[in-house]
Amino acid sequence: MAEEYRSFERGGTGWFLQRVTAAFLVVVLAFHFFNLHFLNHAYEVTFAGTEARMSDVGYFATMWLFLVTATFHGVNGVYNALINQGLTGTTKRVVQVVLGVAGLLLIVQGTRVAMAMSTLI
Amino acid sequence: MSQSYDRGAVEDFGRWTEFSAGMWAWILHKFTGWVLVGYLFTHIAVLSSAMQGGAVYTETIQTLEGLFVVRVMEVGLLAAAVFHILNGIRLLMVDLGIGLEAQDRSFYASLVITGAIVVASVPTFLSGLGGGA
Repeated sequence: MAEEYRSFERGGTGWFLQRVTAAFLVVVLAFHFFNLHFLNHAYEVTFAGTEARMSDVGYFATMWLFLVTATFHGVNGVYNALINQGLTGTTKRVVQVVLGVAGLLLIVQGTRVAMAMSTLI
Repeated sequence: MSQSYDRGAVEDFGRWTEFSAGMWAWILHKFTGWVLVGYLFTHIAVLSSAMQGGAVYTETIQTLEGLFVVRVMEVGLLAAAVFHILNGIRLLMVDLGIGLEAQDRSFYASLVITGAIVVASVPTFLSGLGGGA
């Protein structure tokens, strides 16, 4: 019997969320790159410019959702890649906890940074 | 009913000469995914300088952007991001059952478009180095 290289349980929540976040990230990641390298140049970024962008409610909300969805998509993607290598049992549980904590810490720190960059909060 | 056959372990990179387009797509999607998630953590760490004040943030960004090696790494990041986006769209289409017969061609198209966008972006990514425009 051939081994199947499937990272997901078919129809699972992880499978669905990975694809929903992918659809969102395709648009926002492209926007982010275009905005900060072509419309604005990264070497000209100043705190004042960042603060002005991040003090717009729509931009702030988009960037915060970008943080959350990218973290989920990335951490879940790493988890799936490791599961693909055949993790089971305690090792799998440890990886779940480590990645879960790393993802949460990244969202908390990213949120603190976003707040420091904005006059909204 | 679909046929199954033993194609060996994808992880056995010594077999790379036998890899099909689909296996290269799988490997490149995974590799660029690792690069992007690694960068995400690094990006938030760098942006955290904003918590030490506006001047520290501006100084940090502009110092990093003044380094040639950072610009080269940004081009690499762009390549990883564009390929991951294009191949990701391809995967979403496959999941939806669209264009299944064109999976190989769409992978090659992802590579070509990634190359074209990256090459066209190099001048923008290197502009402003050394204080010039």
